[in-house]
Amino acid sequence: MATEDTNTSDTRGIELPQVARLSRLARLGLSPEELERLGVQLAAIVSAVGKLAEADTDHVDPTAQVGGLTNVLRHDVVVDGLSQEDALANAASKEAGLLRVPAIQ
Amino acid sequence: MSLLARPIAELARGLRSRDFSSVELLESALAEVAREDGELGAFLRTTAGPALVQAQRADRLLSDDPASASPLLGIPVAYKDVLCTKGVETTAGSRILEGFIPPFSATAVERMEAAGAVSLGKLNCDEFAMGSSNENSAFQATRNPWAADRVPGGSSGGSAVAVAARLVSATLGTDTGGSIRLPASFCGVVGVKPSYGRVSRYGLIAFASSLDQIGPLTKTVEDAALVMQVIAGVDPRDSTSSPAPSGDLLGALKSGVAGLRVGIPKEYLAMAIEAGVRGVFDQSATLLAAAGAQLVDVSLPSTEYALAAYYVIAPAEVSSNLARMDGVRFGPGFGTAANLMEAYERARHIGFGPEVRRRIALGTYVLSSGYYDAYYLRAQKVRTLVAKDFERVFKEVDCVISPTAPTTAFRMGERVADPLAMYATDLLTLPANLAGVSGISVPAGFADGLPVGLQVLGPYMGEATCFRVAAAVEEMAQVWQIRPGTKGVPEAAG
Repeated sequence: MATEDTNTSDTRGIELPQVARLSRLARLGLSPEELERLGVQLAAIVSAVGKLAEADTDHVDPTAQVGGLTNVLRHDVVVDGLSQEDALANAASKEAGLLRVPAIQ
Repeated sequence: MSLLARPIAELARGLRSRDFSSVELLESALAEVAREDGELGAFLRTTAGPALVQAQRADRLLSDDPASASPLLGIPVAYKDVLCTKGVETTAGSRILEGFIPPFSATAVERMEAAGAVSLGKLNCDEFAMGSSNENSAFQATRNPWAADRVPGGSSGGSAVAVAARLVSATLGTDTGGSIRLPASFCGVVGVKPSYGRVSRYGLIAFASSLDQIGPLTKTVEDAALVMQVIAGVDPRDSTSSPAPSGDLLGALKSGVAGLRVGIPKEYLAMAIEAGVRGVFDQSATLLAAAGAQLVDVSLPSTEYALAAYYVIAPAEVSSNLARMDGVRFGPGFGTAANLMEAYERARHIGFGPEVRRRIALGTYVLSSGYYDAYYLRAQKVRTLVAKDFERVFKEVDCVISPTAPTTAFRMGERVADPLAMYATDLLTLPANLAGVSGISVPAGFADGLPVGLQVLGPYMGEATCFRVAAAVEEMAQVWQIRPGTKGVPEAAG
């Protein structure tokens, strides 16, 4: 894998509005400066992984997992999960046994 | 010399013959941590209180029934901070989990505790195990004990350093693209990447779920086998854990390599490998041949696409796995946000470091409509090709060997500004994760005073072969006893 792409990065692949959209989709809350820096880095990485286009993948099935196990089931028996108290123990904000978050709008 | 310089089996004998107690062993380990770790930075936090309780319990069990006790009973260990430990803060090296106290322990941790291992605490790592140098930890730098200006490798850097500096006998790390084997190579310790599914991932804070595996880092191959015997095996709480039998790893150590067919992948050796590293590798191959192994040139032609496939698949899984890090159920919270969107963005902006942001954004990109086929789907197909390469080669040979990394430990700061240079650190290790096969890195020599690891890759669920070859290399190379700060470290390979 060539690494020289890093310093000759091509930002045309990922425009700023697109990086801003990624940031919003992934809830990253990035500042304009951070978006700009990330855009340059992403373009270099995307250009490098573009190597994939050279591989001959005709008639090749995708692999999502390598363990080969399928239909791993268990008996339908009720087992104890986390208690409400344990599940809430790490929450920064809670009220009356529930998580408390700001309103959606 | 510290008690911790001895292998686990020797410590187990000492505990049973009352040469020392587990409490004394713990005190010795804690003294080493106090003396060394201020500079090394392997531990994020130590748990001396609970450790003393565990050691006292171990001493009681040793006096009650020494014969049936696990070899790990009373042995000092520590865990990478991506493994949940009930009641002990677990951060994954990230601000977004600062203060998180897991209500349960990872299965691997539970099994170590059930065997009686005494945990000294939690070890530093790259944030969410994303990195090859430990420089992505949100909390502290970890230094290579062989050269303070160099990285320990990552992401299980703290796990490698704690063993290399003889602070504890064994640690658990995780390997998604080389994160156990690489720091093991850089720090001169043994590191095992078990086959996918060999060790339960329950309670492991997920990075890339189809690639992650938990494994041991130890001084010797036998120590690694002792830990594997404890942590391996199917777990109802991880449906990807495998019921396949582990094989006799301890027996494999004594088998020798006579008649074994050992493959040397030409694509691996065609990479830009430092001369000193190459020298150690050639020497190891020569020793294996002299011991009766049959060296065979093999080809893994899809290797050239493995890095690209990895850096699509792993970030894609990151973007979905890390969606749960929203500041609501755990983490430091989001202050006084005006609405939920702002709350999420605030928690994640404060909480995630640059590399984690980069991978989430990249994963979001390759999974987004219009790019999915060109990147994610294609990467999954390339993953099939990489796996088929290994399947084919393991019909020709019993295992393959290569250097674990193209270089020795690099200098701190050297690759931080260049993500692609950092990613290339894992060129020789990440194909094994894509294919799910077994692997181990064993100290094989030194180049310019820095440790060099030999990687042995075996078939899926073929750990026993990896251990067999690694044990032979360990015995022939005679380097594991050499510890950081020891005089007489060879200047160069050979």
